[in-house]
Amino acid sequence: MADASWLTKFPAMERADLVALRKAMDGGYREFSRTYGDAIESFFDPLLMFLVWFEKLLLGAPWVVVLAVLVGLTYAASRSWKLSGLVLGAFLLIGYFGMWADTMRTLSIITVATLLSIALGIPIGIAMARSDRVQAMVTPVLDIMQTMPAFVYLIPVVMLLGIGKVPGIIAVVIYAIPPVIRLTNLGIRLVDREVLEAATAFGANKAQRLWNVQLPLAMPNIMAGINQTIMMALAMVVIASMIGVKGLGQPVLKSITNQYFTLGLLNGLAIVAIAIMFDRVSQAYAKRSQKHLESVHGD
Amino acid sequence: MATDQDPQIRVENLYKVFGTDPHSVMPLVHEGLGKDDLLARTGHALGLKDINLDIQKGEIFVIMGLSGSGKSTLIRHFNRLIDPTEGAIFIDGVDVMSLTQKELEDFRRHKMSMVFQRFGLLPHRTVLENVAFGLAVQNAPKTERNAKAREWLATVGLEGYEDQYPSQLSGGQQQRVGLARALCTDPEILLMDEAFSALDPLIRSGMQDQLIELQDKLHKTIVFITHDLDEALRLGDRIAILKDGALSQVGKPEEILLNPADDYVEAFVRDVNRARVLSVDVVMQPPQCRLTTANIDDALKQMRGWKEDYAYVFHDDEYQGVVTQDALEEVCEKPDRNPPLHEVAKEGPVLQPDMALQDALPATLECEYPVPVVGEDGEYQGTLSKEDMVEVLANSNEETSDKEAPKVA
Ligand SMILES: Nc1ncnc2c1ncn2[C@@H]1O[C@H](COP(=O)(O)OP(=O)(O)OP(=O)(O)O)[C@@H](O)[C@H]1O
Ligand SMILES: [Mg+2]
Repeated sequence: MADASWLTKFPAMERADLVALRKAMDGGYREFSRTYGDAIESFFDPLLMFLVWFEKLLLGAPWVVVLAVLVGLTYAASRSWKLSGLVLGAFLLIGYFGMWADTMRTLSIITVATLLSIALGIPIGIAMARSDRVQAMVTPVLDIMQTMPAFVYLIPVVMLLGIGKVPGIIAVVIYAIPPVIRLTNLGIRLVDREVLEAATAFGANKAQRLWNVQLPLAMPNIMAGINQTIMMALAMVVIASMIGVKGLGQPVLKSITNQYFTLGLLNGLAIVAIAIMFDRVSQAYAKRSQKHLESVHGD
Repeated sequence: MATDQDPQIRVENLYKVFGTDPHSVMPLVHEGLGKDDLLARTGHALGLKDINLDIQKGEIFVIMGLSGSGKSTLIRHFNRLIDPTEGAIFIDGVDVMSLTQKELEDFRRHKMSMVFQRFGLLPHRTVLENVAFGLAVQNAPKTERNAKAREWLATVGLEGYEDQYPSQLSGGQQQRVGLARALCTDPEILLMDEAFSALDPLIRSGMQDQLIELQDKLHKTIVFITHDLDEALRLGDRIAILKDGALSQVGKPEEILLNPADDYVEAFVRDVNRARVLSVDVVMQPPQCRLTTANIDDALKQMRGWKEDYAYVFHDDEYQGVVTQDALEEVCEKPDRNPPLHEVAKEGPVLQPDMALQDALPATLECEYPVPVVGEDGEYQGTLSKEDMVEVLANSNEETSDKEAPKVA
């Protein structure tokens, strides 16, 4: 009976062995998180404090002030009355439909996650651009981060840190950071060789080359990466709400389980409105800061 | 340590091989394996092969060669943008390979600067900031570096463009910014890698004029790369010709023109308009038929001795004119038969030594006798005959190279 069955049935490892393997690995990881969980959690305390402070700031301030600041920032970045008017209208509607508080929570988590992604992603991207070895090591990790279903890496984060804001934001950052890393790397690698060579020929050292040539010339790409990172962070907000991140994601989650279509739609639209605002504003800003590239004589 | 006679740049036995393990293939290179064979057998590209060069202070040294001949590779060794595989580069007697990173940065900041083919300007900085870049790298105070940058911008004729971005300027203007940037750090050595190649012919010739004019004032050591022989001949005090990473010939423009070292160089110089490029002093014959007497009878005697029917008359070492045998004999038959020779002499055409051949051509062709070449103070330097002219311009390199060789200064 053993002679032909391996053809029709995949020779998988014994069920018992598999269970033992899973148990061993999970047990090991649980052991790890039990021993180091507290230490790691306290490591993230400053982040939590900042997150809480920022959220309180947005929720605590009078809505008129928050709205004025938002519209003001939009105008400062884009210099466009039309865009500023759109943002104003969108947020008035959001408030009118009772989603103000959730929107502020989402806004705060997106802002913090984006800042964190930039703060981590740009140095990693620079390191990748400087060394082919680093690039060869980081690229597959990024590939995995982007293709692995988001739910899967929620599990170890939750096992380690439990449910709450910090694991939520870590999950968002893991999900959203690859574009800014990739495009920083790409942008620096694409910097005109001759311009960089010129800087070197004038005696610029590594830091001077980075700040005066590489980063400024890579900026259009880095900005595109930041833009994508923001969009991905917004997409992750709904999933992150599963592990206790408050905001627009939670009502969406609730409406899935309870089949509240209108509630889901409204909150979904609010997320879309925020996304459009971030996208347009960051793109308008990027375009404005790259004005010198609009060449008059061609190139 | 360095004396005036020491070359500013000295290159000794320089080899450069590109590839994964250059040193492993050096034995093959020393055996004389060619560029293509090396690439086929080992996957390594031979960039430079056994280069030896001395570049003197204050000269414009032109490096010429076809695309891929290694010009850029060579010039990038001077400021160590590229490290050699073997060999040494000395700048003012200092081995650049011995410099630490810090010393190298310092050396690049003060000793030499570079002008690039595609300008290499920072697109996000204004013209003024670009020109001041070298000084900014040195951490010079902003007011000081901007003042200097303004000065140099004015020198290259770009006053008023300070606040423009490079993309708002034409190619020629951008390269002037590149030149101003290079000059702004006041380096001793200027490296120019095909600096004018991307420009239109007219703008290009304007830039060449400007460079020559600047050099007359500044006396920098300029290493200039081009693949255009006309440009090389126009700018170069000396020219080096590179072929497949090896030097074919180094010499003054006229040496290269009149004595091409091999077929490669000859192919380069074949289509050059010699009449425009060569000057009279390069092709003239040594002085001859100079009368050393003021007496007409003696003069006739001298002329018969030379077996020529013409001669040149000088008075106090200053050229007076030419006399023919017939004319002198006529004078002898007249009753009042002894006027001073220089009164009998006929004023004829005269050439200046630094004249281009094309300007000397009409006078030479119309004249029955070789035209004397006379310097600014009237001193006699040589003669140029119809036949000399034809020989040089007939483009027969083999013949000219044999005959003219000894006279090249
Ligand atoms: N980084 C490199 N890696 C491999 N080969 C190189 C490298 N740089 C130059 N080479 C090779 O060295 C040779 C000389 O190149 P180089 O750029 O010095 O030529 P060039 O004379 O400046 O040509 P061009 O007139 O086109 O600028 C070429 O055959 C090229 O293939
Ligand atoms: Mg080149």
